[in-house]
Amino acid sequence: MSKSITFTIDGVEVTAQAGQTILQAADAAGVYIPRLCAKTDLSPFGACRVCTVLADGRPQAACTQPVSEGMVVESEIPKVQQIRRDIIEMLFVEGNHYCMFCEKSGNCELQALAYRFGIVAPKYPYLFPQRELDASHPDIFIDRNRCILCGRCVRASKELDGKNVFQFVGRGPNKKVAVNAEAGLSDTDVAVIDEAIDACPVGAIIKKRTGYRVPIGQRKYDSKPIGSDIETK
Amino acid sequence: MNKATKAAVTEICSQYGNDRGNMMDILRAVQERLGGIYGETIDIIAESVSAPRVEVESTASFYSFLSGKPTGEVVIRLCNDVIDKMYRVDRVAAAFSEELGIGFGETTADGKITLEWTPCIGMCDQAPAALVNDEVMTRLSTDHARDIVASLKSGREYYKLPHELGDGNNAHKLVHSMVVNHIRRPGAVIFADFQPGAGLANALGMTPVEVIRCMKIARLRGRGGAGFPTGLKWEFTHTADGERKFVICNADEGEPGTFKDRVILTERADLLFEGMTIAGYAVGSDAGVLYLRGEYTYLRRHLERILGERREAGLLGENVRGKKGFDFDIRIQMGAGAYICGEETALISSCEGLRGDPKNRPPFPAQKGFLGEPTVVNNVETLCCAARIMEKGAAWFSQFGTKGSAGTKLLSVCGDCDRPGVYEVNFGTKLSEVLEMAEAADPAAVQVSGPSGEMVAPGDFDRAISFDDLATGGSIMVFNSKRDLLGIVAEFMDFFIDESCGYCTPCRVGNVLLKERLDKIRSGQGCPEDLDYLQALGETVKTASRCGLGQTSPNPILTTLANFRQLYEALVKPATGELLATFDLESALSEAKAIAQHD
Repeated sequence: MSKSITFTIDGVEVTAQAGQTILQAADAAGVYIPRLCAKTDLSPFGACRVCTVLADGRPQAACTQPVSEGMVVESEIPKVQQIRRDIIEMLFVEGNHYCMFCEKSGNCELQALAYRFGIVAPKYPYLFPQRELDASHPDIFIDRNRCILCGRCVRASKELDGKNVFQFVGRGPNKKVAVNAEAGLSDTDVAVIDEAIDACPVGAIIKKRTGYRVPIGQRKYDSKPIGSDIETK
Repeated sequence: MNKATKAAVTEICSQYGNDRGNMMDILRAVQERLGGIYGETIDIIAESVSAPRVEVESTASFYSFLSGKPTGEVVIRLCNDVIDKMYRVDRVAAAFSEELGIGFGETTADGKITLEWTPCIGMCDQAPAALVNDEVMTRLSTDHARDIVASLKSGREYYKLPHELGDGNNAHKLVHSMVVNHIRRPGAVIFADFQPGAGLANALGMTPVEVIRCMKIARLRGRGGAGFPTGLKWEFTHTADGERKFVICNADEGEPGTFKDRVILTERADLLFEGMTIAGYAVGSDAGVLYLRGEYTYLRRHLERILGERREAGLLGENVRGKKGFDFDIRIQMGAGAYICGEETALISSCEGLRGDPKNRPPFPAQKGFLGEPTVVNNVETLCCAARIMEKGAAWFSQFGTKGSAGTKLLSVCGDCDRPGVYEVNFGTKLSEVLEMAEAADPAAVQVSGPSGEMVAPGDFDRAISFDDLATGGSIMVFNSKRDLLGIVAEFMDFFIDESCGYCTPCRVGNVLLKERLDKIRSGQGCPEDLDYLQALGETVKTASRCGLGQTSPNPILTTLANFRQLYEALVKPATGELLATFDLESALSEAKAIAQHD
């Protein structure tokens, strides 16, 4: 048994195991901290910064910061909520997100977070980037217009599928997800049953011929906001 | 791809042991040989080093000196930082462009010469400057540009271009460069004479713990800008568990306006290597790595020579200076054009042959650094200070400077002053005194610490260079009253946008958005609310970014909003009635009207 640690999130005492991240400990305690790049079973990544909290007054990503004894974590405070809102809005304007006709609508974590935060329209101007599509594979397509560079596909392919289908290339605003072939996805060893495909939180990696199957009203986030599963633990 | 080319790539990989960890060396060599890394080349490298293709592409696409498309045998990279622009690099650029018949980012039709822009190459005291492959050309005029192109076109090798020789070791046959040191003010710590082995002898007479204690008593703090206590850093690494430990010297001097490490590497490399060896002894390491920025490739052979001399003198290698059981050697790792690699964990990623993405902390490098082993990463100047402390004593060192900031600091001063160059001053020296030394006649603003630092207004020129007041890695850029300061801020933001690794959202997206709003204000389209927007957005980027780059990238805007607010206020106009004062209904509708053929 690893050592037990006590710390607080917004004044509530939480017991955790040594070595856990703030996010893992919060999840176990039924406290939801919003996140996009973090996913259970995948290694912590710290890219999206949506899970930013103040840990003993210092801004940290909850998904990478380990808990320590007596740590004071501030999460649902105006300063932190504002940062999360800003980041979610940044992700919307950075890509080309047209929720109303996206196959992922209703099951999309970015969209669900926007609803949870009550974001009607971003305050930032849309950047309208030119992004590439890859529909070469018979069962899967990549629409980089919707990619938020969370790296879940990269990690899931490596860590869960034992493959290396996805990786980032380029840097800064030119950073994008590439596949392990010069031509396209169809030249890789990806399979439609790979965890990497389901790992995508948005509509960037989609299984062909599955769009719009679930009627509105029965989709994942239609009745309960994102994070409810953790909060009702 | 023909057989010979394939064989060449395979040969390069094998020369570096077909080891993925040597990816930077492999990619640099392939780039030099083939002029680009793309297509089948990537497959061959991937196969040779047993890595997925996309991993190779991931690293290759990260660095600006590695190209994803064909480039010429000669690549001319003209420096476009703000100082070079002040020195009219635009005219030099036009001359290059005209003589070559190509634009920037293009290659001549015969495939021989490529013309590109590059950020600061560490030559701001002798701008405008360019790299012709790894040769440095300084103080360029339009005539020089035309001569360079004519020489290259006549078939002359790029490394045989005619030029004068600089002073000191710049004139040595292994450097053979026109770069000038401009040591305007030598001080006691860095630029005093140095006998190789003097500090090391004293260090080896002590225990490693005693050496670390010396650093603490001397109150040595990191010279890269953050000011972390060096003794503490060494202690963490010393006490950490690891199979092996490493000492890395951060010579990726990339902060625009800084060039002091270049001068140390040219004139005091021995002092630096001695500092690395002492660090190795203190932390229990047998291997040092000098991470040298790609822009300073011209110094590599000179540095190798000094390493060779130190090996011959027994100051490196097995049983250093006769000390049984202390083996230590140093190798040089070349970078390939990425500002972010000056961030210590990004630098470690690069040393490992990966993209220059910073790593998540914790664990810190002192626990898990290079190859997952305890690693100490120090700045060039810091290691020189360490060697001098061992030579002359902690008390001697801490007599210079102030209580919180012991010793001297090297400053790279450039811009609107008559004596640009390197100044070694005691900590506590006022900015106004620095401006006087550099003979700045009309300083209206001083950028301290480069774009990531602070733009200081004349009312604050009596502030002191120290960790408690004006902390700086050493870049001091002077701007006179005729300069367009918000134009300079815009240049700085472009720099951060280009140099962001793109890992985290706030830095990748936030800087683009900051620049968009700044441009709007500069074009006269801004309203007062835009200033609050910049402030709030800047604070989010600063607070939420993952590493030091993002956490400082809004500083050009945030520090000018604080110190030069009148410049913004003069440009913004409040709304009148329902429309913004800056909104021109007619021009907004003009395109639609033209399409619909309405007058």
